[in-house]
Amino acid sequence: MTVRPASPPLGTPAPAETVLPETVLPPSRSPAAIALRRGLSHGGFLIGAGLVGLIVLVALAAPLVAPHDPYAQDVSRRLIPPIWHAKGTAEHWLGTDKLGRDYLSRLIYGSQISLLIGVSAALISGVIGTTLGVLAGYYGGRVDAVVSYVVTTRLALPVVLVALAMASLVGGSLKVVVLVLGFLLWDRFAVVTRAATRQVRAQDFVAAAKASGFGAGRILGQEILPNILNALIVVATLEMAHAILLEAALSFLGLGVQPPLPSWGLMIAEGKPYMFFQPWVITIPGIALVVLVLGINLLGDGVRDITAPEGRT
Amino acid sequence: MLGFALRRILVAISVALTVSVASFMLLHLSGDLATAIAGPEATSEQIAAIRVQHGLDQPLVVQFGSWAWHALHFDFGRSFYFPEPVTDLLASRMPVTLTLGIIALAVALLVAIPLGVLAAFYRDTWIDRTALAVSVLGQAMPSFWFGLTLIMIFSVNLRWLPVSGNASWKNFVLPAVALGYYAMPAVMRLTRNGMLEVLSSDYVRTARAKGLAPRKVLIRHGLRNAVIPVIALAAVQFGFMLGGSIVIEAVFSLQGLGQLAWESIARNDFPVVQAIVLVLAMIYIALTLAADLLNALLDPRLRA
Repeated sequence: MTVRPASPPLGTPAPAETVLPETVLPPSRSPAAIALRRGLSHGGFLIGAGLVGLIVLVALAAPLVAPHDPYAQDVSRRLIPPIWHAKGTAEHWLGTDKLGRDYLSRLIYGSQISLLIGVSAALISGVIGTTLGVLAGYYGGRVDAVVSYVVTTRLALPVVLVALAMASLVGGSLKVVVLVLGFLLWDRFAVVTRAATRQVRAQDFVAAAKASGFGAGRILGQEILPNILNALIVVATLEMAHAILLEAALSFLGLGVQPPLPSWGLMIAEGKPYMFFQPWVITIPGIALVVLVLGINLLGDGVRDITAPEGRT
Repeated sequence: MLGFALRRILVAISVALTVSVASFMLLHLSGDLATAIAGPEATSEQIAAIRVQHGLDQPLVVQFGSWAWHALHFDFGRSFYFPEPVTDLLASRMPVTLTLGIIALAVALLVAIPLGVLAAFYRDTWIDRTALAVSVLGQAMPSFWFGLTLIMIFSVNLRWLPVSGNASWKNFVLPAVALGYYAMPAVMRLTRNGMLEVLSSDYVRTARAKGLAPRKVLIRHGLRNAVIPVIALAAVQFGFMLGGSIVIEAVFSLQGLGQLAWESIARNDFPVVQAIVLVLAMIYIALTLAADLLNALLDPRLRA
């Protein structure tokens, strides 16, 4: 292995640290314009936005784009391989499953389930976590201690196991999975919004708002929340991805979304007995999951970079 | 430091207490225990007798006290399904899960630390970007699907390793990779950032100025200082992996705690489920406590 001298040379500050004086920037450049310019030149963000946008479009237009009814069974057409396979047919591009249902149509309708779970679980956990985090960060002291304690306790519980146990107590269904995940995945929201709130609280404009006699409710809503929104969006994408992966795992273990719904995790579970001779029955839904989660993560990373203060990208 | 340690230990104990209340409630929410113990053919008199015999007619607080007292002595009661006590069940399944967790952690560290060091050393080159891509992909793959894919490649196509079971060390290779891959991205990023921070610090600059070879600086000064937070993170990741092994054990039919938990949930054997939740939570609490103390010992700023 050849060892190159490390670049950049030590001693000179990394270019990332140099902050341009405000006056150098053209006056027309609003924060939104800066974000747009950065977004259009950020490869990861563009790829992520493209993947997620495509999947959202497919999910919304499912009845129009799906070639078949995702629930229509046809035992005479069981386990037809995808079109690139020698025995594939143009009628079923991605083949059929063990009950002869069109795999592409199930995949398309499955995107609705993944997106629905991701968005609703992130919304519920976002409300819980942000409330806790903002209160802890704004009030500090005893409130902070209580919230930290609640977060620590929640982190000590093994998520998959508790989610499985709760889903089994109530009975697995789409609604139960959303609620269970929503009530379990708020920890990162709380941790991040707490830190962000503490930073914003120390700023002059919050002191000014306090001095003007505004109540805590108004300060939290008008001053704090808009300023932690970027951090919030980044966590929301992470937790959306997390919820989608967990739903897939719960459904795979049989305690999440129930048949005949075309959840991608469930499709993998149903395909498992056939994976040795028809590997595509688990490869296809798995790749769909990877693409969706990768897209959401890239989007989140992109938002984080784009909304970072000027000069710190 | 002592004050910080005492406070931190106190928090850990109270969290442990809260978690045990939660785990106790899980058992009670699962249904009427007396009916479950008595079985489907019991008369209402028999159920009532069992209720008194097991103290299930007592107030909930008293029941919790007696349950916690037994749990403290590693007595988790009886399974509804298996004849042996829950403690024996856990003891017989624990080694498999611990073995899996340890190998998975070793796999994760052995890949992630060198990758993180390389990424830091060759910052902003293709090596850095490849490492980043591997970690981004690692976070996007469902672990159970990754496990199944490994089976298809290495067991079915290449026939190198067995599909499932836990007869020999070979059975642990694929599950450990599937589980460890999940813990890799966090370790890699922390190693990379730690190395970048250390490499730009004054004492590394001095070592460089003295004319020490870059590779020696990297190992002797860089890695040594960057690795301790990584060890702390590894402890926490190990706790997560024990919890996450339920999915991997199901994929590979490893007869560990996770598999036991899954089967017990499916047959409503909640004394077993509850005990596993409790044990995993306690291990996690102990590991995070150790990690926090280790970090605080090294970085006085954290002792606030």
